[in-house]
Amino acid sequence: MYDVIIIGGGPAGLTAGLYTSRSKLKSLLISSAFVPSMITTTDLLENYPGFPEGIGGFELVERFADQAKRFGLETMHDDVSSMERATVEGVDIWRVTTGSGVYDAYALIISSGTDYAHLNVPGESEFTGRGVSYCATCDGPFYKDARLVVVGGGDTAVQEAIYLTRFARSVTIIHRRDRLRATAILAERAGANEKIGFEWNAVVREISGDDAVKAVTITNVNNPEDEKTIPADGVFIFTGNIPKTDIFKGILDLDEKGFIIAKMDMSTSVDGVFACGDCIQKSLRQVVTACGDGANAANSAEGYINTIKGRTYTDWENRS
Amino acid sequence: MSETILIDNPDRPVELTDALMDQAMAKYPFLVVDCWAPWCAPCKMLGPIIENLAKKNQGSIVFAKMDVDGNPQTASRFGIRSIPNLLVFKDGKKVGDIVGAMPEDILFQRINTFR
Repeated sequence: MYDVIIIGGGPAGLTAGLYTSRSKLKSLLISSAFVPSMITTTDLLENYPGFPEGIGGFELVERFADQAKRFGLETMHDDVSSMERATVEGVDIWRVTTGSGVYDAYALIISSGTDYAHLNVPGESEFTGRGVSYCATCDGPFYKDARLVVVGGGDTAVQEAIYLTRFARSVTIIHRRDRLRATAILAERAGANEKIGFEWNAVVREISGDDAVKAVTITNVNNPEDEKTIPADGVFIFTGNIPKTDIFKGILDLDEKGFIIAKMDMSTSVDGVFACGDCIQKSLRQVVTACGDGANAANSAEGYINTIKGRTYTDWENRS
Repeated sequence: MSETILIDNPDRPVELTDALMDQAMAKYPFLVVDCWAPWCAPCKMLGPIIENLAKKNQGSIVFAKMDVDGNPQTASRFGIRSIPNLLVFKDGKKVGDIVGAMPEDILFQRINTFR
């Protein structure tokens, strides 16, 4: 029996685990055996405080994990298939089922994050692994001197487009608006990079090729008949993230896009379940906000567990 | 000149290099090569899964690992453009690719479709 089980091993979950462990709550963090934390595939983060020279996504999450484990957080790699209420010795608890077994806890903290969004256009799945990619740090090195296309206009799309210029001959950013959504400094760097070109107000209609990608057909968002086919050796897609919350459908309130609806204290529509990080409905998805959420969720979970154990501490919600 | 001898019936993934590829393809009737690189986060996640599968399938499937960073020839020989990428060989010939990380049971199913 655990005090708390944390579902998801990215920045939010690991920060929650750090806080619950330091609060001496018996904590288990379950992180997916095959879906990586999104940030671990980013080559460089320069907006996480404390790292003036920037830090790699993978290295940062490794540091989070080392820190949390130092205070006793138990972790395991597995995938959660379901969660349900159960009763143990008259107390309502949460039961989580994974591939390797069933685990019980008084409280759950969900930090399951997001997965790559797809374009859902012809050629996309056919050419995945043969020219279509969602991970620049994984696959960029295979495109030396290639002509690449990056789809998207946010921070990730622009950061990764800049990263790809280390290998590629050219990188064309295809974005459906007339200006980038990305943070100003990234937009500036992309604009100044000689290898980067732009197709504005454009969306991808089709990805084509033979044994590998050869071209991308784009259309103008304002005039779909205005079509253009660009030769490309690779297409990197960074159009957004979809929440990994399928198993919570019907249990927790989700918004129309599938993000978990959480209050300011990270509580959800269900008692004893808290949510934090990219999987919740929020306006800014960054490592720094995920960490803030994680600490908040841990604090709320602790208050809840104290209540269950009959050890309520007055004024818990004004803790510092 | 000393030559690396590939072991019979491994229960762990065999470390391969560009130079050992032909030998491995000839020696092992059903071979799955995990192509990975140190910069690739999803590749690291697949690592433990490959170790498990190697142990569980000793005698019927040989698993191997190749760091494509230090072994570029194999990557271009077999048209690898994305990692993690498992190359599947049957009786010395490449019969398929499995691209991307996935759960162990799904991966095992995919490998079996090539047997």
